[in-house]
Amino acid sequence: MTTSLLPTDAPSVVAPKPKSAGGGLGRYLLIRFLLIFPTIFILVTLVFLLMRTIGDPITAAQGGRLTAEQLQERIHAAGYDRPVLVQYFEYLGQVFTGNFGNTISDNRPVTEVLLTYGGATLELAFYALIVAFIVGIPLGMLAASLRDRVPDAVLRIFAILCYATPVFFAGLLLKLVFSVWLQWLPVAGRASTRTELSMQTLPNKTGIYLIDAIMLGNSTAIGDVLSHAVLPGIALGLLTAGVFLRLVRTNVIGTLGTDYVDAARSRGVSEFRLVRKHAYKPALIPIITVIGLQIALLLGGAVLTETTFEWKGLGFQLAAYLAARDFVAVQGIVALLAVFVAVTNFVVDVIAALIDPRVRY
Amino acid sequence: MTSDVIASVPPVKNSLLGRMPVVKQLRQSVGLQRGMLIAGLSITGLFVLVAVFAPLIAPYGFAQLRDAQGSFGAQQPPSAAHIMGTTVGGYDVFSRVIWGAQTAVLVIVLAVVFSIVAGILLGLVSGYIGGWLDRVLVVIGDAIYAFPSLLLAIVLSIVISGGQSSLWGGILAAALSITVVFIPQYYRVIRAETIRIKAEPYVESAKMLGASTSRIMFRHVLRNATRTLPIIFTLNASEAVLTLAGLGFLGFGIEPSAAAEWGYDLNKALSDVTSGIWWTALYPGLAIVLSVLGITLVGESLNDLADPRLRGRKRVKAKAGAVSLTAVDQTLPSDVEIREENA
Repeated sequence: MTTSLLPTDAPSVVAPKPKSAGGGLGRYLLIRFLLIFPTIFILVTLVFLLMRTIGDPITAAQGGRLTAEQLQERIHAAGYDRPVLVQYFEYLGQVFTGNFGNTISDNRPVTEVLLTYGGATLELAFYALIVAFIVGIPLGMLAASLRDRVPDAVLRIFAILCYATPVFFAGLLLKLVFSVWLQWLPVAGRASTRTELSMQTLPNKTGIYLIDAIMLGNSTAIGDVLSHAVLPGIALGLLTAGVFLRLVRTNVIGTLGTDYVDAARSRGVSEFRLVRKHAYKPALIPIITVIGLQIALLLGGAVLTETTFEWKGLGFQLAAYLAARDFVAVQGIVALLAVFVAVTNFVVDVIAALIDPRVRY
Repeated sequence: MTSDVIASVPPVKNSLLGRMPVVKQLRQSVGLQRGMLIAGLSITGLFVLVAVFAPLIAPYGFAQLRDAQGSFGAQQPPSAAHIMGTTVGGYDVFSRVIWGAQTAVLVIVLAVVFSIVAGILLGLVSGYIGGWLDRVLVVIGDAIYAFPSLLLAIVLSIVISGGQSSLWGGILAAALSITVVFIPQYYRVIRAETIRIKAEPYVESAKMLGASTSRIMFRHVLRNATRTLPIIFTLNASEAVLTLAGLGFLGFGIEPSAAAEWGYDLNKALSDVTSGIWWTALYPGLAIVLSVLGITLVGESLNDLADPRLRGRKRVKAKAGAVSLTAVDQTLPSDVEIREENA
């Protein structure tokens, strides 16, 4: 481990362990765990109150299609004519027991919508992260080792371009070039109809097509699923790749200036080897912390990517419910995502704390 | 960076022009960084100029469907009359790209002004007064900060405008939606700076002299806490363009008859691309990329110049002077970089 070469770092890792590091970690984890609840509570409350300021969801969804009496009847049946505070506490109680309500347009439990379509979004996020790692980390190291020279400038512009290009525009361009002009890859969707049909026969399908295709044991199906994943994965992945590139570059430059790297340099280690062997590992720690923030970003990006590629995941579904003005569904999905984001951020923080003893409140 | 490197060199005497935020950095910069800053400033300048002079540059109105020669026709390829072709709705692509800059600038300015004012007030009060108010605000800020900003903006745009609207209604709705997402960012930075500055000797001496809390807050703390704002300002401005486009792409933008909006046009271009029609998607998309690129280049350069580790190495000794450690340097170098990505 290169970190153990760092003289100032070593004692803090080893010495105070029996006294403060162990207790500190336990306390940190507990506090961090308890912080999940106010986060979820605040977001759920915020979304509930905001959505309710525009009136009841039934009028929003069905207004104009039903007569005034029918509307009143349905509003009364659903309990939307009661005081907002009563509805709010009822909603909180439901959320607490894992019930996020039923959608208005197709009357399904929101949790079921999440289970059906969540897998697709997770799969997309997974592909995107792979692209981000493959592209972002090596290029970031390269940029740092060639700092202030032409390749560095080019890579930095590339990173900014990754950020400046909206995922849906990147998606449209990729689609135009690779699907329409070159016809190498499919235009949209998660798999061809044939593959989807054969996957329907699986007894315990996961909704994650790659796993389902592997379970089918059919290599054409796996190839089909992967070919559909390339363009959406790249479109969403490049966004995160730009973040990783810049982060790795900044941090490698930071570690390149530390004493232990200077020591290695004075022993005649080449500049390139310094980056590859000495400076890059400690520079990767911030990436772990950043993945927590990236999850929120990926979810937001997934909504746009899924719409662009008709990738039938949670984001695609959310956009469809938005178009149908089904605000119970929107509120439910957003609240569920709040839970998801809060929990994943907790997990990421725990991992970061376990890896790096300096991460404590 | 360690906290004992706070430089206390008195600032070099400069004219007012020399002390302006961007001009100072422009002088300080060197080589590649200078190139990036200048490129960013020129692109951003062009973007603003196009927005201001849109009525003169655009050959047609953003909602114009016909001229003296008759109807434009839908999905016409680029020609002499329509250098970027026409959209599926029969609008002139070039004119809508130009008018779109105006919409984007209006939304950015409103969103950033709203969120700076709200974020600074909250940050100052929270950081200076502290106590339970501070803790509650921090938890709320963190909750909003961690959540996908686009989703929050969608919810807000539904609330504010019911999803579709006129020019000013739409611009206000978009700006306010973006504002709520940004407030936590300004809040965090200003709060961290306020807590740092609160401990400075000059605040203590002002207290001794009997200055009121509000006077200390606005005269002593605020003046010194805003040094990092230009960086966040530029980073947020670029995020605002992307959020606006994202909202438009999902159908929560401004009606095509009320104003031109790039995200909306890209949404309409979605089906064109499948049939090989490239001009309706390419130009509005490039407009977004270019404007975000310009603003980000400025923000990036300012960010690097404020961070001694990243500043160009040749002239560090000459002019690095009075940059003392800021809370942004301690808490944000990674945060700011990460959070600005959106959509």
